[in-house]
Amino acid sequence: MNKKRSFLRTAAAYPHMVWSVLFIVVPLLFVLYYALTVENPDGSFSFSFANITALGSESYFPVFIRSICFAVVATVICLLLAYPLAYALTQCKVSSQRMLIMLVMLPMWMNLLIRTYSWMNILETNGVINNFLASIGLPRVQLLGNAAAVILGMVYNFLPYMVLPIYTVMSKIDRRYIEAAADLGCNGWQTMLRVILPLSASGVISGITMVFVPSVSTFYISQKMGNGRFEMIGDTIERQFMSNYDYHMGATLSLVLMVLIIICLAVMNRFGEEDGGVLV
Amino acid sequence: MNKLIELKGITKSYDGETVLDHIHLDIHDHEFVTLLGPSGCGKTTTLRIIGGFVTPDDGEVIFDGVKINDLPPYKRPVNTVFQKYALFPHLNVYENIAFALRLAKLPEAEISRRVKEMLELVALSGFERKNVNLLSGGQQQRVAIARALINKPRVLLLDEPLGALDLKLRKDMQNELKKIQTQTGITFIYVTHDQEEALSMSDTVVVMQNGVIQQIGSPTDIYNEPSNAFVADFIGESNIVDGVMHSDYRVSFSGHTFECLDTGFAKNQPVDVVVRPEDVDVVAPEKGMLRGTVTSVTFKGVHYEIIVDIDGFKWMIQTTDYVAENAEIGIYLEPDAIHIMHKSEFSGQFGDYSSFSDEMDEISNPDATEEE
Repeated sequence: MNKKRSFLRTAAAYPHMVWSVLFIVVPLLFVLYYALTVENPDGSFSFSFANITALGSESYFPVFIRSICFAVVATVICLLLAYPLAYALTQCKVSSQRMLIMLVMLPMWMNLLIRTYSWMNILETNGVINNFLASIGLPRVQLLGNAAAVILGMVYNFLPYMVLPIYTVMSKIDRRYIEAAADLGCNGWQTMLRVILPLSASGVISGITMVFVPSVSTFYISQKMGNGRFEMIGDTIERQFMSNYDYHMGATLSLVLMVLIIICLAVMNRFGEEDGGVLV
Repeated sequence: MNKLIELKGITKSYDGETVLDHIHLDIHDHEFVTLLGPSGCGKTTTLRIIGGFVTPDDGEVIFDGVKINDLPPYKRPVNTVFQKYALFPHLNVYENIAFALRLAKLPEAEISRRVKEMLELVALSGFERKNVNLLSGGQQQRVAIARALINKPRVLLLDEPLGALDLKLRKDMQNELKKIQTQTGITFIYVTHDQEEALSMSDTVVVMQNGVIQQIGSPTDIYNEPSNAFVADFIGESNIVDGVMHSDYRVSFSGHTFECLDTGFAKNQPVDVVVRPEDVDVVAPEKGMLRGTVTSVTFKGVHYEIIVDIDGFKWMIQTTDYVAENAEIGIYLEPDAIHIMHKSEFSGQFGDYSSFSDEMDEISNPDATEEE
C-alpha cells in the first residue's frame, strides 16, 4: 500500500522531469556543444575554443558593458518607482488594492512588441507628444534613438515584475510591527527605514532579480526605442543566429551571458542574506 | 497619588457597533490597574486609545493634565507590551531592546549599559545575540517587556501579555511582572480576561462588559462586594438568587428571611443576592436555614464542590466535609456570607448552576477566542 503510493508520487513527477530534460537540459547541452565547436569547410563540426578566444578580439566587450549598465539603471529606476507604489498599494482599502494590482498587471497581458510599438507611436517625430508640441507652436524634438528612450522602454515593460513581489511581501507584514515601531518612538519615516524596509527586503531582492535578468538579456526594445544605435548583448545574439547564421558564436555569447547573470544573482543573493532577506 | 491618566466620556464605535460607551476612568501614578472582562467587552480598545493606536469618536484622553486625543503613539510617554509580543523578526534580542534608544541616538556606551540593565531585570542576561524567532514564548515575553521598559515610560500598557503562555509559566510571570512594577514604580495598565490574574496582581481592577465599566475597585472590593450579577459571576463562583430587601439588615430569598449587613435599599425592593460557594456552611437538614438535595459531588483537592438543589435552584457549595450524592442537607448562612446587589440588566442571566459542568466552563472560556 505504502509502496504503491510512493510509486504514484514518483510517477507524478515524471512528466515534469521529462519536460525539464527535453526543454531545459537538452537545449542547454546544445548551446554548450555549439559554443565549443566550429564548423569545418566540409560542414562537419570539430571541437575548438576559437569562439571563446574570439570574444576578446572582437567588439563584444563594450556591448556586454552597455547591456549591464542599461540593465542596472533600468532596475534601479524600477525599484525607485515600484517601492513607493507597492507601499501606497498596501495602504489602500483591500477592495481597491485588488483593483489597483489588476491595473499594474494589465500591461503584462499585452504583447511586448505591441507595448513597444505603442511607445514608439507616442515618442516618434510624428508621434503623439511631438504632434501636441507642434500644435501649441513648439518645435518637434527627437525623443527616440537615445539611451533614455531605451531605458524607458525597459522600465515600462519590466516595472510590474518589480511591483508584484515587493507588494506581496509588504502586504504580509504584520501591522503589529508597525504599531510596535510607533510605540517605541518611530515617526512615519523612521518606521519605513527601520521596520518596513528590512522586513520587505526579500521582496526587493526578488524584484531586482526579476527585472535585472530580462533587462540584461533584452533585445528588440533597444533596437526599436534606440533606433538601433545601442546594440545590447541580446541584439548581438539575435544577429548571430538570424542574419549571420553563426550558431557557434551565438551560442558562445549566450553562454557568457548566462554565466554573467548567474554571477550577478549570486552577488545579489549574498547581499540579501546579509540583510536577513531570503530570495523567493 | 495624583491622577496620571483621565478618560472622560470616551466613546468608540466600529461600523455602527458601539465598542465603548462613555467610559470614565482615572488612573493614578504608580498604580497597577487591570482592565478585566470577556472578549469584546472593550478592554483592548480602551488600552489602544491610551496607547494612541485608536482615536476615540468622542470624549477626552487626558495625560498629566494635558489632552492628548490627537497625539500620535510615538510622541506619548507610554510603551506597550503587545499581545503576541511583536518583536522585530529582523533584529536580535539586543537590537530589539535597544530599538527605542537607537531612535533617540544615544551614545553606544549608554545603550549597551541600559540594555544590559534591562536584560538583568527580566533575567535574560547572556541572550544578547540570540535570534528572537528562536526564543520560547516566555523568553519572547521578557524581551518584549524589556523593550517596552527601556525608554522609562510613565505608563506601561500590557495587552494580555501572558495569554500565550502555559499555566505554570503564567504564574511565574505574574509574580515577576508585579515585582518589576514595584521595582520600577511605573504605572501598569494591564488587560486580561483572566480574573485570577487580575485579582492577584492589581491595585485596582476595572471590570468591563458591553463597552461599559461595570465596577472599579480593589481586588477585595470587587470580589466581596460585586456591584451587579455580571461582576459577581465573572469574578469567581457565585450563587445569585432573587431576593427582597424587607428593611435594612433583613433580606428574604428562597422562602427564608436572613440577617445581612447591607443597608440603604427601599422597603421591599427586589434585589440580587450573592452567596459565594465557600461562604456556605453545610449542616444537618433540621438545623439548616434552607434544605436541599445534593445532586453532584466533585472532589477538587482542597475541598469538595457540590451542587445542591434548593427548591429547583441549583447552588454551588464548596465544603471540606464529604457529603454523599442524593443526601439531604441543610445550609446555614452567616450575615457576612450574604451580599446584596441592585437589580441590573444582567439579573437572571448568571448565578444558577443547573447547567454547570467543568467541561462547559472550559469550552466557554474566553481564552479560546481572540480579541482584536
